[in-house]
Amino acid sequence: MNRLFLILTIAAPLAAQVPYERILRSAQQPENWLTYSGSYQSTRYSTLAQITRANVNKLKTAWIYQVRAHDKLEASPLVFDGIMYISEPASDVTALDLRTGRPVWSYRRNVPAVPVCCGRVNRGVAVLDDQLFIGTLDAHLVALDLKTGRVRWDVEVADYKTANSITAAPLAVKDKIIVGIAGAEYGIRGFLDAYDAKTGKRAWRFWTAPGPGEPGNETWSGDSWKTGGAPTWVTGSYDPELNLLYWGTGNPGPDYAGDLRKGDNLFSDCLIALDADTGKLKWHFQFTPHDVNDIDANEIPVLVDATFRGQPRKLVLFGNRNGFYYILDRATGEFLHARQFATQTWSKGIDERGRPIPNPASVPSPEGAKVYPDDDGAANWYSPSYSPQTGLFYQNAREKGAIYYLTEAPYIPGRMFLGASRRAIAGEEPWGALRALDALTGEKKWEFRLTTPPWSGILSTAGAVVFSGDMEGTFFALDAALGKLLWRFQTGGAIYANPITYMSEGKQYVAIAAGSSIVVFDLDL
Amino acid sequence: MVPFLLCACALWGQGLTGAASKPFSTPTDLAAGQRLYQTQCASCHGARGEGGRGAALARPRLLRAPNDQAMFNVIAYGIADSEMPGHWFTDHELWQLVAFVRTLGQAAPQKAVGDSANGKNLYAGKGGCTRCHTIDGRGGAIGPDLTEIGARRSPAYLRESLANPEAAVPDGFLEVQLVTRNGRRITGVRLNEDTFSIQIRDLSGEFRSFFKSELKELNRMPGKSPMPSYAGVFTSSELDDIVAYLDSLRGAQ
Repeated sequence: MNRLFLILTIAAPLAAQVPYERILRSAQQPENWLTYSGSYQSTRYSTLAQITRANVNKLKTAWIYQVRAHDKLEASPLVFDGIMYISEPASDVTALDLRTGRPVWSYRRNVPAVPVCCGRVNRGVAVLDDQLFIGTLDAHLVALDLKTGRVRWDVEVADYKTANSITAAPLAVKDKIIVGIAGAEYGIRGFLDAYDAKTGKRAWRFWTAPGPGEPGNETWSGDSWKTGGAPTWVTGSYDPELNLLYWGTGNPGPDYAGDLRKGDNLFSDCLIALDADTGKLKWHFQFTPHDVNDIDANEIPVLVDATFRGQPRKLVLFGNRNGFYYILDRATGEFLHARQFATQTWSKGIDERGRPIPNPASVPSPEGAKVYPDDDGAANWYSPSYSPQTGLFYQNAREKGAIYYLTEAPYIPGRMFLGASRRAIAGEEPWGALRALDALTGEKKWEFRLTTPPWSGILSTAGAVVFSGDMEGTFFALDAALGKLLWRFQTGGAIYANPITYMSEGKQYVAIAAGSSIVVFDLDL
Repeated sequence: MVPFLLCACALWGQGLTGAASKPFSTPTDLAAGQRLYQTQCASCHGARGEGGRGAALARPRLLRAPNDQAMFNVIAYGIADSEMPGHWFTDHELWQLVAFVRTLGQAAPQKAVGDSANGKNLYAGKGGCTRCHTIDGRGGAIGPDLTEIGARRSPAYLRESLANPEAAVPDGFLEVQLVTRNGRRITGVRLNEDTFSIQIRDLSGEFRSFFKSELKELNRMPGKSPMPSYAGVFTSSELDDIVAYLDSLRGAQ
């Protein structure tokens, strides 16, 4: 009997297949982590409840896996069928045995020198059927054999020599792989792409900086759309009923010299809703028209169904880098509500249609303009979490400003295209906080203060626990309802990643990338 | 555009170029280097090289770029395992940039007027400076190491710091005042801090570590300095002498 059981356990991973229907039903199999944010709704909430606020103080390390490179490790792992799949800097993939943390196979890519603003990083892989997918720093999309890591196909998404790069985890939807692009600090022209998962053939492209004849092109002066940025470098969400993809877009280029691109600069700093089959725009909402402060809307759209002001609604919740928390109707894109969750001075508020009232004092100038947040934002790519158990939206907030001095911004392919230099604000110590917001009002219920601005995502669970980390290497657990510290562990490396949780052989685990390591915890029972 | 790219890729792909070239440092070159710096470097390294996401460059000596060729290589090829990328600049531009970056770390040339030998005596004697400061491995560690202070700071800056230490408290020397749960008050300089703990050097030079749960109060005092003013301790000409001594400290060349 024991032997038969063993054979079955070992045999299961070999037959591993992750069809679309399985990702669709992520909520029914919380023991796995099948897509970047845990589900298409991107709540980063797990119904697993073996680890609870009562026993989380008994967490201990189960194993640690150290990657080879010492670049920032921003990977969110996937877990299913006995294996954890992680991306490593710059564009490698490793499959790890869940029981031991031992590598099973690795895909190593020889990445050329690529101009990137913020490190040679990668945030994760996608799975569909019997293939894994990684977007590479040199802007290729690669399909790997799930069992061996061997390359099935490798296609160029864009030219890395003009500073296009991919750092985000792709998103697998139906038979397609959706992948976003980075490089707005170098004047790329942004887009979102879909590829046929079997062949690697491009199925559609949506230009986020539209060309002549395309809607939105009129919001760019002259030819400025050609170097208009509006990148798509954070993984989006998907509503299968509406068949809509939700994706945040980033800053227009050049980042700070707005006079070189007069107009609203659509579809920069937007949430765009695209038909998943065709890539056609269903609606868009621009958080920050004509951004001159590099406040990308490259954050996670969180899809929640709730009764809002007495009406059942399909909502999308969005903690924006610009310091505001937004609630939109995700069927129509209608603006419903915004509330400030962190210090910001770039606007004087949001009007009733959701459009910000600009603050002229925050426009970079030769004399210097002091702005909150700084260009790292009040939020950033790291994931928030929504818990249906508490009704709270957990958002790591960065409290930091800077002074921006206008400079020239000549466009030269492969070079920074910014239009300002920056200085720190003398005598000020930036700080941060994990804030719990009422998901339907944005009102702050509590905060857990952090000494420095964080770069960690957040996981919430049905065990009434919230997990996150800080830049000084502590991974910690808070009471989801009250924000009280329940447990902490010094990992020894700054945390630039999102936590996940999964179940293996009857035990719940929590995993986080810290420093150059993947650290996995379980209960010491 | 295409010819440029071919040229740029070639530059980045091949080995060292122009290795023996001397940095271009005419006023025109420095202006060109400054322009390149402001558009390509200052968003990370700060408008005046004070640092930020990138390293502070306004220092007389740079760890990764001890000489001009090393700096050329760092800018051209980047630093592995860091956020410093390589750059597709021409050799000419790279040397102009190197020349400009070097000026960030240089104190404005200024002649110190005092008697350096007498300053040295005052430093060790009447001033009692060795209690908190180290020169060439000798002295305390509460304040900044002064082994190469003359290369970093101008005489005017040094004189101001002696008379009014709080005019510009250097980075990394935040004064903190702690009160422990059992009521002990401790003043020191912060060595490190995270959300849950703090490490300090107290004013007797002792290293101390506290979990924040052990503290009743933790007050950060930005702009404050444990160093007293020496305006009333030294005469004006003695201050000149001390400044002359400090100005002579250029580190091991």
